[in-house]
Amino acid sequence: MIPLSWFLFFAAALFSIGLFGVLARRNAIAILMGIELMLNAVNVNLIAFWSYRTVHNIAAWVFAIIVFAVAAAEVAVGLALFIAVYRRRHTIAADEIDLLKW
Amino acid sequence: MITSLQVIFILIAAATLGAALMVVIARNLVHAALWLIAALFGIAVMYVLLDAGFLAVVQVVIYIGAIAILMIFALMLTRRAVREEGPRYHRGWGWAFLLALAFFAGLSSILAFWPGITTNLRDYLPSADPLKDLGTALVSPDAFVLPFELASVLLLAALVGAIYIAWERKEEVQ
Repeated sequence: MIPLSWFLFFAAALFSIGLFGVLARRNAIAILMGIELMLNAVNVNLIAFWSYRTVHNIAAWVFAIIVFAVAAAEVAVGLALFIAVYRRRHTIAADEIDLLKW
Repeated sequence: MITSLQVIFILIAAATLGAALMVVIARNLVHAALWLIAALFGIAVMYVLLDAGFLAVVQVVIYIGAIAILMIFALMLTRRAVREEGPRYHRGWGWAFLLALAFFAGLSSILAFWPGITTNLRDYLPSADPLKDLGTALVSPDAFVLPFELASVLLLAALVGAIYIAWERKEEVQ
């Protein structure tokens, strides 16, 4: 039997890797990939707690499915924004999209 | 004493974390997208290990079949920027690394001091099929029908918004 803590530490490590990707990468699509890793780490946590502690309560599954839907919506809008930005400015490097910077 | 299930977990976890690391350090972004697919597959296996087979299928269909492929399409549409973008990290990436490391250390210490961390034996399996519970919970009015409908409205709004934002207007082209 796998201890619950293994899943939790795995999810924490995955979340931290995604956090580093979001904070450090320059390309905006790479930042979105980091966000996907973080969302997946959260989902692993949710399902791990469901499986070990509240196996008769389906709320964790519903929450995970909502996270899937939100991730799909976020990626669709994000990629559309990047394509629109690329068309106007010919770059999607996060530190060169500084039109709103004071 | 290490059981075969634990060996599988260790192998899959190592592969998934390695693929996730490659996602954030790969210089070529198409390679990063392919590593992302590998990491998502590893997480699907994690769901199977947690007795959530349906979520593993959903993971493969939605994340790998839709989201990762959408990212690869976007990478191809912005290919010139990807090729000429220069360094892959900001100047301040050391701070980002320190912050991520500190975050992991904080999470680990919270987990290590949490008393429930040792209650890890799952002595009962899901009695019935959780998929049936999920289906009834998603449409029953005293459970989750409202979040379910909200999610569908959110998806519709996001897709309409994405089409509007990415639409190539004629006056911009000239």
